Amino acid sequence: MTALLEIKGLHAEIAGGRKIIQGLDLTVNKGEIHAIMGPNGAGKSTLSYVLAGKPGYEITAGEVYLNGEDLLAMSADERAAKGVFLAFQYPLEIPGVATLTFLRAAFNAQRKARGEEELSSPDLIKRVREIAKTLNIDADMLKRPLNVGFSGGEKKRNETLQMALLQPSLCVLDETDSGLDIDALKVVANGVNALRSAERGMIVITHYQRLLDYIVPDIVHVFAAGRIVRTGGADLARELEATGYAQYQSEAA
Amino acid sequence: MGVAIRKTKAELGLADLYQGARRYLPGGEEITAVRAAAFDRFNVVGLPHRRVEAWRYTDLRTQMKEAKRLASLPDDAAKAKAREARDLFAGAGFRKLVIVDGAFVPELSDLAGLEPGLTIQPMADALAADKPLLSQRLGAIVPDDDPALALNTALAANGVVILVAPGTALSRPIHVAFVTTNWVATSMFTRSLVNIGAGASATIVESHQGPDGSEYQVNTAMQLIVGDEARIDHIKVVSEGSSALHIGSLLANIGARATFNQLGFVAGGSLVRNQLFVRLAGEGTVADIRGGALLSGTQHADTTLSIEHAAENGQSRETFKAVVGDTARAVFQGKITVAPGAQKTDAKMMSRALLLSDEAEADSKPELEIFADDVQCGHGTTTGAIDDELLFYLMARGIPPAEAKALLIQAFIGEIIEGAANEAVRDALTGAMLGWLGRRE
Ligand SMILES: Nc1ncnc2c1ncn2[C@@H]1O[C@H](COP(=O)(O)OP(=O)(O)O)[C@@H](O)[C@H]1O
Ligand SMILES: [Mg+2]
Repeated sequence: MTALLEIKGLHAEIAGGRKIIQGLDLTVNKGEIHAIMGPNGAGKSTLSYVLAGKPGYEITAGEVYLNGEDLLAMSADERAAKGVFLAFQYPLEIPGVATLTFLRAAFNAQRKARGEEELSSPDLIKRVREIAKTLNIDADMLKRPLNVGFSGGEKKRNETLQMALLQPSLCVLDETDSGLDIDALKVVANGVNALRSAERGMIVITHYQRLLDYIVPDIVHVFAAGRIVRTGGADLARELEATGYAQYQSEAA
Repeated sequence: MGVAIRKTKAELGLADLYQGARRYLPGGEEITAVRAAAFDRFNVVGLPHRRVEAWRYTDLRTQMKEAKRLASLPDDAAKAKAREARDLFAGAGFRKLVIVDGAFVPELSDLAGLEPGLTIQPMADALAADKPLLSQRLGAIVPDDDPALALNTALAANGVVILVAPGTALSRPIHVAFVTTNWVATSMFTRSLVNIGAGASATIVESHQGPDGSEYQVNTAMQLIVGDEARIDHIKVVSEGSSALHIGSLLANIGARATFNQLGFVAGGSLVRNQLFVRLAGEGTVADIRGGALLSGTQHADTTLSIEHAAENGQSRETFKAVVGDTARAVFQGKITVAPGAQKTDAKMMSRALLLSDEAEADSKPELEIFADDVQCGHGTTTGAIDDELLFYLMARGIPPAEAKALLIQAFIGEIIEGAANEAVRDALTGAMLGWLGRRE
């Protein structure tokens, strides 16, 4: 069976030639949740951006396949239409674009790219409202400009809303727990857990173990200095909480 | 400088236009004298060029190669074309007044059932009657030393006069549609006067359009006299043809405790100069002046604003935004003057340009001249390209780059469009913006 995501020997650098991803191998099958844990500055966000197709990174070696298709050959919007979703560590504020307008544009653009029929506005609004309710997002927020003036928690809930609406096949969650209090964390985790399915894979990136109490991973990877240095089960996260990352940082160096 | 400079072909042409037309231009003795004085003022300095401070980014002397002959009165064919011309405000229920090739055409205009307190008259008739109001107003109200405006005073043949009696709340907006129909390039000089009496309110929309590819020349001016405690919403949309020259002047004198909302929107024309001379003459007046420009190809659009806070407790906001693609160029010059004694003035000016290509250009020159000591005044300017981070965020959600850019452009210019209080106006401007975005793809 083809893996949902297959990363082989990936090396990536940022403008100026600084190497950030240095020999990464990772396979995510459908139905699996992988946690990637690592110290600040390890390159976790860079990995998420490289997967989502952000310009500005040079892939110097390696391959990435999504359902057997060459992901690196696609632009960011093409990847999204193929099912890649990145929940941003720092969701951006876009003044002048109403949240609902944005959701409609994204939803219908993906459908169009896949040759599917677009959803009428009333149907889409209905669907958005239903999801919003489960995430404690009030209708008023949907009319406001995207993320403008939203609290940290509201932004993360809004990312979860987008993910639930777009129904991606690969979810990459970058530090979804950062800036969340425990109640907001539970709401977001519930939203993410509701998306767990045999057809979907997830990569949950986090610095802290706390999030993984609520989104329990199948596999945990320790990511340091641009590659995976250790892999284990859910209990590895708890071990890391106790020991910290220091040993891996020196190992990788 | 000035006098000794050899006249250009266009300057000689303009002199010919005036000499040929002055005997039959409407107006009695007084108005004829005002015209002659105005033409002399123009003739001394000639067409403005970049060494004239107020025109430093728009060298009309170089850009205007010749003066086109004056448009003739519209015949039936021209009127038919005007009737079929695209109307951004169609279906909005506005009272439409139509100026075809510079001439007010009553049979195309909606003059039925005028609300009590509303008077509408062709400017040609008002000039011919030599009303003292006009002869006083034609040359005065705001400094008339601008050469383009002086030319307008000298040569204006028609336009519209709209009088709203004191206390009249005009709920139905008036749309003055200036339509150029002739593909053979001509020139048109129009002057309009809008007088809003004390305590009255009105919405006046001006639109300017014409055929693509024709190098016609428009010099249009509107005088706006707004009484105490009155409210005026004035919207001007320039969607002239692709090769047109458009010079527009707004001369506004606003009374005390009045509300002045002005919105200019440029989405057409080859060379556009939109100049606004605003005087907040009475105390406690609130002004909101916005401008939006959507430019592509080799378009050049210059908005030059001069606003004077002449009395105390006034508040003004000036917000200008330009989206500039290809090799187009946007110019914004804004000057806020606070007169001695205009204490507690609160004025904030902001201009922003969004550049869509490396060759696109935006120039901004804000100026404050403050002669009072207890005021709050400020200005700011930004110029930048589309934000790559925002673009990536939209694309990461599946929105293709062209559509993502269009969304960001809409968001940018949306702040200007939102300034229109009237929903049908906002819809029309949004339509104009979407049309512009559509043509770019
Ligand atoms: N665009 C960039 N320009 C310069 N340095 C960057 C850029 N992006 C990331 N980095 C650097 O690359 C390293 C990895 O960053 P990042 O992927 O954000 O790590 P993490 O998410 O694991 O904290 C850090 O040292 C960071 O400073
Ligand atoms: Mg990070």
